[in-house]
Amino acid sequence: MTIDAWLDAAVKDAEARGLKELRPLLEALAQATRALRVADFNAVFVPPDANPRPPADRDA
Amino acid sequence: MPAHVPSIEEFATGLRQRKISALEMTDECLKRISADDARLNAFILVMADEARAQAREADAELAAGRDRGALHGVPISIKDLFDIRGTATTAASRVRAGHVASRDAAAIAYLRHAGAVLIGKTNLHEFAFGTTSEESAFGPVRNPLDPARSPGGSSGGSAASVAAGMALATLGTDTGGSIRIPAAACGIVGLKPTLGELSTDGVVPLSTTLDHVGPLTRTVRDAWHMFEALQGREAGRPLTVPPLAGLRFAIPRKYFCDLLDDDVRAACDRSMDALTRAGARVDEAVIPHADVTAPVYMHISFAEAAAYHARLLETVPELYTPPVRLRLEMARYVLGEDYVRAMNGRAVLTGEVDAALAGYVAILLPTMPIPAPRIGEHSVGVGGQMLPVRALTLRLTQLFNVTGHPALSLPCGTTRDGLPVGLPLVGARHHTDVLLRTALAVESVLSY
Repeated sequence: MTIDAWLDAAVKDAEARGLKELRPLLEALAQATRALRVADFNAVFVPPDANPRPPADRDA
Repeated sequence: MPAHVPSIEEFATGLRQRKISALEMTDECLKRISADDARLNAFILVMADEARAQAREADAELAAGRDRGALHGVPISIKDLFDIRGTATTAASRVRAGHVASRDAAAIAYLRHAGAVLIGKTNLHEFAFGTTSEESAFGPVRNPLDPARSPGGSSGGSAASVAAGMALATLGTDTGGSIRIPAAACGIVGLKPTLGELSTDGVVPLSTTLDHVGPLTRTVRDAWHMFEALQGREAGRPLTVPPLAGLRFAIPRKYFCDLLDDDVRAACDRSMDALTRAGARVDEAVIPHADVTAPVYMHISFAEAAAYHARLLETVPELYTPPVRLRLEMARYVLGEDYVRAMNGRAVLTGEVDAALAGYVAILLPTMPIPAPRIGEHSVGVGGQMLPVRALTLRLTQLFNVTGHPALSLPCGTTRDGLPVGLPLVGARHHTDVLLRTALAVESVLSY
């Protein structure tokens, strides 16, 4: 689903539920979703080891 | 502000020298609550009778030779998100009206075992879903240093109770900064341990994979004692201070120092200077995807909060404060595919913070880009822009909820208006004890 389509559907749904005040919040969320989707890690993400070990012992 | 409030260590020494009893300390805290809480609104429930009974028991045990350790007889306040058997856990919301906990949260059980005196339950941002402690069914909490300002949040009542001497320590939770932000705003120490290190059993959740439990205290040593007790270590391990000379710190200026109030920047710079004068080394570090932290955090925390609140939003929406209800309703629109993207980003950010810490004992950065905001203030000017208070207050803390690294905020100075500034140290995962030792060394050279 594109962000524009999602935002349009979300705003309509919110208005149908009597929550017109949600529009600016949904627009802010859409902005955050855009930033999340264009992050370059989406293209290169490799799942880490399912059971990562803690770092080696450290001393301060 | 009270003239002198003892640290846990000072009280513990006096208690064992019979200079003060647990009951006298508890009464002193209750007296301060009576004097100041109408103004500060830090407490939702004051447990005076129970606290006095626990204090008498602590005194009797000590007289009989039973010493439970550092927290024996120490009056401690509890964020009203933790279950205490027989009392309501309100989460500062009318949604929870009528709730009575049938058992103690795990952290409360540990505190009882350590001999602590539970003095009362503190006010917070409703359901911990905010950073100012203004949106509460019980009214806003006020900062003891300037009652026109917020004490931060969501553990705002907890921080205010310690800063005002109404308790010697407090128990809070931190999902995006809710321990460190109020600690910075009120000029005290706040510790968010490694993710999963302290049990969240019996705590009303906000975001199940980001929620942390931790203490707010007057000193780093006191945070150590709380941390030890909350892990069930009755005797406690000794806290040794490493020499600062030779310790290596990393500071990721890109993103973390891009947007700072001038006075906050000056206080942090003075702290870096003090550390280098003491022989520590401070190097630049980079966390390449730090600028995507907020979107990653939002999509995880919103989706998880929505899952918990969906049924309540369908059945009793009118019982929430309107701003919290709206944010939770907004959260319900996060798509599953974006939650997964955010979790992928979380793994990337975790690796990047691990890498930034390689060869360093801790990362240093400011806790909040701004001092405590005024109550009712929704946006603040920083760097020539007006920005939302919520986004600004979370900006520098939320990354370490996403990655799970332990982080501790300690006071490092004040603004020209006398408002405290917090300096957090971030350590390696699963080495919160090393972080606390490092913080003790840092605390010794910072003047505040």
